[in-house]
Amino acid sequence: MFLRFRDKIILMPPTAPPNRRPLTLGIAWLALTLVFLVIGFREAIFIAPPDAAQGNVGRIFYWHVPSAMLGLVFPYVNFFASVAFLYLRRRNPHAALTADAWAIAAAEVTLVFTSICLATGMLWGKAVWGIWWAWDARLTSLLLLWLLYVAYLITRRLSTPGQTSTVGAILAVFAAIDVPIVYFSIQWFRTQHPSPVFGGDGSLDPTMYPAFLWNVAAWLMWGILILAFRFALERRRQRLDQSAILAALNPANDGANPGMEPGHAF
Amino acid sequence: MIFVWHVLAHLRKELRLEWRSRDAITGMLFFSLLVVVVFSFAFDPTALVSRQIAGGILWMVLLFAATTALNQSWTRELRNHVLDAQRMAPSSAAALFLGKALANLLFVTAVELVLAPIFTVFYNLHALGQGWLLLAVMPLGTWALVANGTFFAALGLRTRNRELMLPLVLFPISIPALLAMVQATTAILTGESDPGLWLRLLLVYDLVFTTLCLLLFDLVLHAD
Repeated sequence: MFLRFRDKIILMPPTAPPNRRPLTLGIAWLALTLVFLVIGFREAIFIAPPDAAQGNVGRIFYWHVPSAMLGLVFPYVNFFASVAFLYLRRRNPHAALTADAWAIAAAEVTLVFTSICLATGMLWGKAVWGIWWAWDARLTSLLLLWLLYVAYLITRRLSTPGQTSTVGAILAVFAAIDVPIVYFSIQWFRTQHPSPVFGGDGSLDPTMYPAFLWNVAAWLMWGILILAFRFALERRRQRLDQSAILAALNPANDGANPGMEPGHAF
Repeated sequence: MIFVWHVLAHLRKELRLEWRSRDAITGMLFFSLLVVVVFSFAFDPTALVSRQIAGGILWMVLLFAATTALNQSWTRELRNHVLDAQRMAPSSAAALFLGKALANLLFVTAVELVLAPIFTVFYNLHALGQGWLLLAVMPLGTWALVANGTFFAALGLRTRNRELMLPLVLFPISIPALLAMVQATTAILTGESDPGLWLRLLLVYDLVFTTLCLLLFDLVLHAD
């Protein structure tokens, strides 16, 4: 047991000197994000004209479409971080752990945005189509993206401590390659069987652009904020794991932490 | 060349083990027979309806049956620490994967050979399209399931709850392949549309994911 764990220890600086800069930057970023969100909300609810065909119901578009766009952006962060992890795993374990923290943070942010997108889409669908859900190409692809990332996170949760990062990274590569194939296959599937709802993209009236762009910017900033926050949290968890392992390995500490399993998330 | 010999050695070992125990094939066969019967109770299909749903049912049956067998295919290696020996062996990890995936392909194909007449009789089927194309759809579809399935079952060894892990990961990743095989089979059985597009999709899916599995299997074997 001793040998098994010793191989896996990657030393990090034990207690980093207190650095206030990230905190200040984070608070400033949060303040700016809130300002953007408020402006976006004002533009979308009070300034943009009601949709010609849908009236005020159409305003959900300003939250639905940015979430869809960001839900498709953050998987790339997850994929590149996972590839970086697999590459660095043996070459530079310390940097690999950083990449892994980015990967899990990006996966969770992806799940947040795709969930918002699916939820707002269903609300809109009930109001405009009269049904909560249609097996339309775009809805189905996004649902599958959501399912893939849920599977990714559950697998990470269930995996053996110490192997979580590798298992997760392999799965992320599979998911990233699967997504475009899913997208095209469902396009073919649904063009062969015409769906009951329209799928075409309406063009956006110029008066709606400010509200839309403010919201895209605001939610992008919010996404970056929670990504960085989750990343910092994961780094702390990694540090805690390692100090637990080191403590377990220290013969002087033997039996000092009964019931605390090395490598366990707590 | 030496890679081929390693693959064949793994394949021969798998086939001998299965021949002696017959765990996988018997289990899958009885399971799929039960599902066929249960489905016919659930839908009570006429000849016309059954032609439209048979493709879907056939692949669902095979997917579930293959999942049960795939879950077992690596646990064999855990007994007596065979897997640890495999990890130390000088042969490549891809050869181990390919040998096992090919063996699983043969097992599932054996089940299909028994299942085909049963399906024809129970659901009163005969293909209205080009029936011989099924000879391409069945192996391609089966390979899509077992290649990824074998890979994820090995990945499942790295998790606490492996019986749950395999379907959890295999089903979402296999959706494009499932869509392609069900659509191709239905197109052949009903003769209403052309299965060509779906066959090509299946072929591309197989090529892409087989390559990926072969490249990444070494990482799974040496994950810690």
